[in-house]
Amino acid sequence: MSDIAKKQAEWQPKIIAFLCNWCSYAGADLAGVSRYQYPPSLRIVRVPCSGRVSANMILDALRSGADGVLVSGCHPGDCHYISGNYYARRRFAVLKRFLEFVGIEPDRVNFSWISASEGEQFAEVATEVTERVKKLGPARHLVKEF
Amino acid sequence: MSTPKGSVLVVGGGIAGVQAALDLADSGFYVHLVEKSAAIGGSMSQLDKTFPTNDCSACILSPKLVECGRHLNINLLTLSEVLSIDGEPGSFKVKVRQNPRYVDVDKCIACGNCAEKCPKKVPNEFDLGLGTRKAIYLRYPQAVPLKYAIDPEHCIYLKKPGRCGFCEKECPAGAINFKDTPREHDIEVGSVILALGFKPFDPSRLDFTGYGQFKNVVTSMEFERLLSPSGPCLGHMERPSDHQEPRKIAWLQCVGSRDINKACHGYCSSVCCMYAIKQAVIAREHSESGDVDATIFFMDMRTHGKGFEAYYDRAREEGINFHRARVHTVLPAGNDNLKLRFTGEDGKLREDEFELVVLSVGLETDPQVMRLAHQLGIHLDSDSFAETTCFQPVETSRKGIFVCGALAEPKDIPQSVMEASAAALEAERILYPARWTETRKKEFPPERDVHAEPPRIGVFVCSCGINIASVVDVQAVTDYAWTLPGVVLAQNNLFTCSQDTINQMADIIKKENLNRVVVASCTPRTHEPLFQETLREAGINKFLFEMANIRDQDSWVHQNDPEAATIKAMDLVRMAVAKVRGDDPLPYNSVTVTKSALVIGAGVAGMTAALSLADQGFPVTLVERKDRLGGHGRKFFRTWQGQEIQPYLEELVDMVESNEKIDVCLGSTIQEVSGSVGQFKTRLSNGKEIEHGVAIVAVGAESYKPREGRWNFLYGKNPAVHTLLELDQKFIKGEIDAKNLNQAVFIHCVGSRVPERPYCSRVCCTHAIDQAIHLKETNPEMDIFMLYRDIRTYGKREHLYQKARALGIIFIRYDLDNIPRVTEENGRLRIEVKDPIIDADVTLHPDLLVLASAVRPRDDVGELSKLFKCAMSSDGFLLEAHMKLRPVDFATDGVYLAGLCHYPKPVEETIAQAKAAASRAGLVLSRDAVPAESITAVVNLQKCTGCSVCTKVCAYHAVNMDPNTGKAAVDTGLCKGCGACVAGCRSDAITLKNLGNEQIMAAVEAAMDDIQAGQGL
Repeated sequence: MSDIAKKQAEWQPKIIAFLCNWCSYAGADLAGVSRYQYPPSLRIVRVPCSGRVSANMILDALRSGADGVLVSGCHPGDCHYISGNYYARRRFAVLKRFLEFVGIEPDRVNFSWISASEGEQFAEVATEVTERVKKLGPARHLVKEF
Repeated sequence: MSTPKGSVLVVGGGIAGVQAALDLADSGFYVHLVEKSAAIGGSMSQLDKTFPTNDCSACILSPKLVECGRHLNINLLTLSEVLSIDGEPGSFKVKVRQNPRYVDVDKCIACGNCAEKCPKKVPNEFDLGLGTRKAIYLRYPQAVPLKYAIDPEHCIYLKKPGRCGFCEKECPAGAINFKDTPREHDIEVGSVILALGFKPFDPSRLDFTGYGQFKNVVTSMEFERLLSPSGPCLGHMERPSDHQEPRKIAWLQCVGSRDINKACHGYCSSVCCMYAIKQAVIAREHSESGDVDATIFFMDMRTHGKGFEAYYDRAREEGINFHRARVHTVLPAGNDNLKLRFTGEDGKLREDEFELVVLSVGLETDPQVMRLAHQLGIHLDSDSFAETTCFQPVETSRKGIFVCGALAEPKDIPQSVMEASAAALEAERILYPARWTETRKKEFPPERDVHAEPPRIGVFVCSCGINIASVVDVQAVTDYAWTLPGVVLAQNNLFTCSQDTINQMADIIKKENLNRVVVASCTPRTHEPLFQETLREAGINKFLFEMANIRDQDSWVHQNDPEAATIKAMDLVRMAVAKVRGDDPLPYNSVTVTKSALVIGAGVAGMTAALSLADQGFPVTLVERKDRLGGHGRKFFRTWQGQEIQPYLEELVDMVESNEKIDVCLGSTIQEVSGSVGQFKTRLSNGKEIEHGVAIVAVGAESYKPREGRWNFLYGKNPAVHTLLELDQKFIKGEIDAKNLNQAVFIHCVGSRVPERPYCSRVCCTHAIDQAIHLKETNPEMDIFMLYRDIRTYGKREHLYQKARALGIIFIRYDLDNIPRVTEENGRLRIEVKDPIIDADVTLHPDLLVLASAVRPRDDVGELSKLFKCAMSSDGFLLEAHMKLRPVDFATDGVYLAGLCHYPKPVEETIAQAKAAASRAGLVLSRDAVPAESITAVVNLQKCTGCSVCTKVCAYHAVNMDPNTGKAAVDTGLCKGCGACVAGCRSDAITLKNLGNEQIMAAVEAAMDDIQAGQGL
């Protein structure tokens, strides 16, 4: 393996995961309870609802140095706050296009529905998102360098 | 009667028992909840998904269980059984035996080390024996209490002391107690609620099903476990014989139901049609290959509940096959497959091969429960369900003892939950003078004002035995925490949640003058309330607290990478410290309760609800748009059990009119509503202003009158054509001369289950068949024909269907392609219909044609729902907060619903629902104040531009434009703290307390700081 390839393999991105309290955060807990293993790249921020997450928060996370962002909420129809996850989904669709437009790889920002009973799925999503971000390498577009 | 006891015994810890216990404990009564297994949750906890929403069963159930487990006024007695009940309403003496758990619940931390080391594997009854567990076990992963138990039947040590004992050696908390013994409790209560549930029918006594002979024939309950992510195949759906995914599955309906021949169960189990469709839908979703051929063999498809018919329609559209046939033999075929023999609709014998056969088994009463009922003097009916009447749907034969759930009749979850609340209400009605006399209330010291203080943060890092410490270097994390800004104390504990550490934490907060606390341990979802309470006990505001989840989301998921897990733990602690630094003390918001109710609609539902509250001393305003009490009840002849409705209704009207706590406003409607739970203000059309704490909406529905279109059938044109209600009125007035009628025809589903009204009206099959029986019994010479699509006489009502056939009433099935044709010949009716059994057209000439027409929602219900900010479903009925678990609550707190405005239902269900609504309303009315959300949105008026986006995204109508300022204003009584408005605001003018953008970003930025070399590590 070349040095670069080795470094790439060892490099662990930092991914901010905004998880809603009622479904996805509980799903992440269940992944633990069931001992599903996934890469140690996620830094989970608990929010009441995926609808609480604004485009600004996602951009701010990238600006402060996150290599990727994951936003996860309840499945459609399951939102604890009736409709928050739908707003999140719409906001996310718009943001995705915007990211492409400003030159940020859309794969850095990910969205998923994970319910409180989907521990395995959470681990899978965490692994997939990590792999995706790993392929892109460290994010430097929005980071302020002093 | 002297003052009654202020406590209640609830027997059975399934969803019904849990709901009854919570309703009672939250409205001022102490509850002893007796459960025979090691954990509460009942049958619902075994289900994978629930119909018709496909909600994950455990996810929606678990919060109720946790609430029950933590409740100060619920005494959970697991592994327990009732031995005897003596006494009378208001004062019962109960003997309960609690079997030993052999694990000290105060010490067990549910780490699972014991089960891992236990050498004894036994079949897991939670998975119906499809998987195994150890002799020391948790009933299921989300069990409440989350405590292990030793199964004395299988434990090696208990059978031969001196052998094994590994669990004792492995337990880091010293919780194993092999010397545990049974205990007897003598409990005094004022009332008893039985919620003993059901047992799935055991099909091994039906040899034609092949159950027990062929591995790939499973029961529906077994199939639930095969689908469940926590089941024996972790949600991968494997068939038992070869652990391969089945690609072709058959469901056989009515196994152990509607079968007087072999199963001896004449009743319909009510839930199996829906759960079979659900399982077929979920099986296709779960399937990894993506193509599961699913076929349901049924007699009548009974999708008679709210949202059920639409679910059935969708299943057919999605390609699930429905065969109207009763399979008579299941035979073995090659490759462990099964051959089914059945008769097709054309009468020809057919065969088909399947890889898995699921038996949709019915519900029956457990023989143990039958013995208990006998011991307690509770009458069971001929089907071995608890005997109740239509007018007293939750009363047993013994006064003061009530029943709810499947013990009284097979029923689904929402119906059970509804009855649980109704049973709680009946207990409250007896015991209301003793409200709050036996309950305990937590007292807290006054809180220290920390506003002016610089942050003094304490960090408690938990080892959780070895759950965290075996992966994460907890000492390094603790040392690292000391270096973080604002942290004045960091310490490591073996078990932060143990009682002694909690006490110590409270002392440290006081001694060190801490004003912020971070606990790095497990998940806030289970433990935040406990630690927050500790903060309150130490005299600081509970919102000055954060948790870092370094177990469930760190040590448990990075077991093979201790270094990375330790760095992550440090990151998580740093994030929590950054967040807590910005936390402000928040008010424990509450609203003073106006202790009176508004009930809208004075039919059976409204009057029952009003009386249920007034009997407990709460003033009620009962509003009725018509000029007399009674509503639609005036038009009904009798219940399906044969009790006449009019005398009952007269009695109800008398009781309402003579009750001085009830203020009746006839000829009035609702004009304007303001306020929220605890403090509503409503203006009526007569100008009256009413202040009330809660509202119950019971405005009823209408009967569809097919004046035109394809369902007209000469209604309104030929005098012999009636609707069900019109015939009932003639029965009441004695205007039907049955002796002179030669032939009567009933047409079912008139205007129901059609594209314009795609729901089943639930009541009409039973109602029509009962009328037909009444006619036939009056004049046995009369020919009666029932033209139907599916007969939906669910539950015990099936006996009526059997009786009708026994009396010689003829049933002819039609479908939407062959609607009966009704014409007139010289004023005489002529009906042509195709009989699919003889495959020929039949011509009838009835003297009486009865249309079982749909129940339709009232047109004005939408306006009312807007006034109270309640939701409506697409078919025009009012929409409850949660289809499964909150069947009488609206999403808007303090507003409840009952009766036909929710969905068509017979009188017994209407009465139960009205009582349930009264019970739920009692949760508010029994208190002086109700808590309101503390984490609410706040508007910065300087920044707000008045664009009103926030008002549109708020699902609770909590943000409104203030007409005076032109800016947004938050009603904190309505705000749930979801933050949709914050994320939606274009000008950063609205924020969530302790969850503002700056605070969340502080945590995000903290996550990015790299740990400096040499720090901590």
